[in-house]
Amino acid sequence: MSQTVLMMKPQRPWKLTPKQILPDAIGALFTVATTLLLVAITPLKGKLGFALVLIAMAITTVTAISWIRRDRKAAMNSTTTVLVYIAASFVIIPLASVLYEIVRLGANALSFGMFTADMSLTASDSPLNEGGLLHALIGTAYVVIFATILSTPIGVLTALYIVEVKGRFAGVVRFFVQAMSGVPSIVAGLFIFAVWMVQLGNAYSAVAGAFALTVLMIPTVARTSEEVLKLIPGDLREAGLALGATQWRTVAMVIIPAAKSGLITAVILGIARVVGETAPLLLTIGGADAVNLNPLEGNMSAFPYHVWKNLLIGSENAISRAWQGVFVLMVIVLIFFALARYFGAVKGNKK
Amino acid sequence: MSSTLAPNKTTPAPRVITTEPRFTDKVFRAVVTTGGMISLVLLGLIGFFLVYNGFGAMREAGLSFLTGFDWVDAVPEENQPAAYGVGAMLYGTIVTGILAMLMGVPIAVGTALFLSYYAPEWLKKPMVVIVDVMAAIPSIVYGLWGYFVLMPHAEYWAKLIHKYFGFIPFFDMPAPVFTRSPFIAGMVLAIMITPIVTAVSREVFAQTPLERIQAAYALGATKWSMIKAVVIPYGRGGVIGGAMLGLGRALGETVAVYTVLNLVYDIRIEVLLSAGGSVASMIVNKFGEADSVELQALMAAGFVLFLVTLAVNFVANTIINKTARE
Repeated sequence: MSQTVLMMKPQRPWKLTPKQILPDAIGALFTVATTLLLVAITPLKGKLGFALVLIAMAITTVTAISWIRRDRKAAMNSTTTVLVYIAASFVIIPLASVLYEIVRLGANALSFGMFTADMSLTASDSPLNEGGLLHALIGTAYVVIFATILSTPIGVLTALYIVEVKGRFAGVVRFFVQAMSGVPSIVAGLFIFAVWMVQLGNAYSAVAGAFALTVLMIPTVARTSEEVLKLIPGDLREAGLALGATQWRTVAMVIIPAAKSGLITAVILGIARVVGETAPLLLTIGGADAVNLNPLEGNMSAFPYHVWKNLLIGSENAISRAWQGVFVLMVIVLIFFALARYFGAVKGNKK
Repeated sequence: MSSTLAPNKTTPAPRVITTEPRFTDKVFRAVVTTGGMISLVLLGLIGFFLVYNGFGAMREAGLSFLTGFDWVDAVPEENQPAAYGVGAMLYGTIVTGILAMLMGVPIAVGTALFLSYYAPEWLKKPMVVIVDVMAAIPSIVYGLWGYFVLMPHAEYWAKLIHKYFGFIPFFDMPAPVFTRSPFIAGMVLAIMITPIVTAVSREVFAQTPLERIQAAYALGATKWSMIKAVVIPYGRGGVIGGAMLGLGRALGETVAVYTVLNLVYDIRIEVLLSAGGSVASMIVNKFGEADSVELQALMAAGFVLFLVTLAVNFVANTIINKTARE
């Protein structure tokens, strides 16, 4: 006596059947075919012509198919879908091109010993195996380290004021910090020039550049820290206070340790923001070709400055030097970017 | 011989319950408050010192500092007085900013829609990283890339636009020089502002109430009908605010614009022509050989730029905050 058990075969209704895919496949084929044909027989030529015709054909084909199979609303939906995909791909193209060109033109210009020599004995036009980037490396290190030392406490204190102390001006401070992140970098440079050079009579130096970068770095650090501190659950604060701790102890022993990785992310994001800033440095550090180990006085170079200088010189080797500098600068920026993502992901902060 | 303490008959005074913070907390609050105020003070100081240093030039020129087109140094031998006016540069800044918005905002909003509603799961994360990396690239890199890589292509595109749409006054060409035009500068700026506009738009799109989206789908809406009926009305303010934040960035951009824009002290509506203006780039351009009088004028120009970007940012943040709170 056997009983047949009816087992439903598992189905995947969301999976498209070949019959459903067919119109789209035909449409895609048709699009490519007509594009090739149009580019071949009309005067539209080159990559641009191809891209334009492809976009136009993709929109018309998809719209037409939807219209025939369903109605005008579906056709509208298809058109906008294609447009949204095109917009997204337009974001990828420039970035891919930027990175590709940096690698192509910058990697060629890399040389052994580029971090062992400066440009004090080398003209910008000389071949790239002479001279190097040591002066720029040291300058960038100085300005970024000093800017970090100055802006980290200010940025974190600002965030603490907004989130923990919640003082009378918390809303105002928050709004102005937001606005401050939009201050053009050249204005920060002019400001430091006006105060540090014109009013106080100092000369170009690395600290002047660091001051300018500090102005730009504070809003980034403050805003990111604020976001991080807001994520700390209120339970932790209440638990700390209920145990009899003062607010100071609660913040120092509970809140800051809990937010540590987020605060590190904030600082790293700030560094990534300012390490490539050019305009403020043009007005504050003076530029130099030789290594200057004294951050407090004397002209200083930095990667952006070095790139800028060689770009303005404009001869073939100088341009190669500019790309070399850009390559190294990009590597530095991407390292900080990766670090920020790493520390941001440690706590599983959703981004 | 024993001394006994007098028995204390009085009951202890009731403990005073107070919200008065302890001494350490007072110090802590004072320190944090001071730190929090530094940003405000800095912002005030920026304005003050730029005005203080630029006041001479502004008083000298009066209103013509804003409306004048010339930026010429005094030539004592020819009895020619100095004339400093940021009018043309301010106009050029706004033109390139608007061009950047026209090209960048549709792409950025499209990308935000893509990330929120269209992208397959596996593509979302890489795409977000791509947008973030775009924001992290320094402006000098965009400048170099714009000059050496984009410009040859953009020049060709500009020629095509001129050839087919030359009857429109904006695309007219008095002289056949297509390089370093506001069009190309706008294109570079469009790429640079895309990340911030995308990020802000995505944030407001993410706040769209899910039940309204589902209600739209339940009524049989296509994806686009849903977006048109729910997402766009809900997120419009945020998108406008994001676009204005992007505009603020574009107005203040210096180095990238400097490399791809030819500064000409004139007002022109032809955007394909190699003649444009930018206050920020002009400051860098003139800074090197400026004497003390011209330096004052540059400080004043910096102040004008500071005010304009601050105003744009204020309005943008107000709009975004209002949208986010609703």
